Amino acid sequence: MIKIHIDEHKCVGAGQCVMASPEVFDQREDDGIVILLQQQPPDALTPSVRKAAKLCPALAIRLEET
Amino acid sequence: MDRIVVVGASLAGLTAVETLREENFAGELVVINAETHAGYDRPPLSKKVLAGGMNASDITLKPAEFFATNRVDHRIGVRATVMDLATRTIALATGEILTFDGLLIATGLRPRPLPRQPVLRGLHMLRTLDDAVAIRADMLGTETMVIIGAGFLGCEVAATARQMGLEVVLVDPMELPMARQVGPELAAALLRKHRQKGVDIRTGRSVRSFEESEGQVTAITLDDGTRLPTKIVVVTIGSLANTEWLQGSGLSLDNGVVCDSFCCAAPGVFAAGDVASWLHPRLGVQMRLEHRMHATEQAMIAARNMLGAGIAFDPLPYFWTDFYDARIQVFGRIPVEHEMLVLSGQIGEPGFTAAFCQGGIVEAVAGWNAARDIRKFSALVGKPAPIEAVTD
Repeated sequence: MIKIHIDEHKCVGAGQCVMASPEVFDQREDDGIVILLQQQPPDALTPSVRKAAKLCPALAIRLEET
Repeated sequence: MDRIVVVGASLAGLTAVETLREENFAGELVVINAETHAGYDRPPLSKKVLAGGMNASDITLKPAEFFATNRVDHRIGVRATVMDLATRTIALATGEILTFDGLLIATGLRPRPLPRQPVLRGLHMLRTLDDAVAIRADMLGTETMVIIGAGFLGCEVAATARQMGLEVVLVDPMELPMARQVGPELAAALLRKHRQKGVDIRTGRSVRSFEESEGQVTAITLDDGTRLPTKIVVVTIGSLANTEWLQGSGLSLDNGVVCDSFCCAAPGVFAAGDVASWLHPRLGVQMRLEHRMHATEQAMIAARNMLGAGIAFDPLPYFWTDFYDARIQVFGRIPVEHEMLVLSGQIGEPGFTAAFCQGGIVEAVAGWNAARDIRKFSALVGKPAPIEAVTD
């Protein structure tokens, strides 16, 4: 399992996380800042979450292995 | 493949390292880092780092254990000076010679100086963390700043400086700076925004000369004779690919390292990030992009191709720029000749989005404080234009 930590202060609203893993990430309507839908998603989603973390252009997604 | 050497330890280089290990490369990995800091993120340098809201630890790309976890021989503060394809060797500034089976070139860019640019205290260019720290220190000790070059970097520095309370003069030889990247419609709106915020923008002007006192810049004079007293000047007129160390290597160099559609420059030799010019598989032209997202995506593909994946690199380019309360986001590349179709809102107002079409195809979409909408509209890029744009 992985546990996801997001940093709204760093997020730039690029939306790459939503494209990579829409089950786990969304964006606020007004400013596009990330919304975490599930902090500990099921293992089946782990590859897409890893891709989201890697693509994030603002280092706003940190993954903790649990 | 026993040993892969990655030259350049910034975003592209470190992403390649991570990808190689994820793809089960079990051999030796050597990373050559010419800087004295471990790889860090550059977009904040012109914004929060300059403004003092972020420091070095906030922008470090990888945790300290990254290099040990990925079994990386990280050579920090060491420059690669020569590469020879025939012998598959790299010479380092220390005199050491490294052999390689695979080579990933990610040496990035450096700022382009003005012709005959003098070396003076207070006269800066911005590429590295050390540059940003030095500029910030000078900004805190003065009230006026001159920025030469109103591209993204110059405009971001101008916005940061205004928000720190400095008087800012922004000089650019073009009448509409940034038009090449964002098109004239958005560029005009961006200029209005900067003027509203009190930036003194001198378009159509260039620098004639610098004045100094004991090695410290004191004023510049523009080509129309205007003299601007200032203790700090930042030159942001573009950048140059760091390929000098590859001259005579046997690689083709032309505005970067020339690669095929697979980011391959020669057998076993790949390039990624700002330094890589690759053959765009759909557009059929050599292209080099200087976007943050692009470095990540290209490094992932180049690393996988080094291990034999054979994936043509066909990205959807993405960049953003922030100033004051505005965030511009662009997916795709805005063609010089285009029809612009407003998708929502009004140009230059929050919530604005537009499609940029050429030959009946959407080549890019742009948004101004419209993050959610522009992500959805990004699916339009590469598709036939909405009918209004075709008949426009």
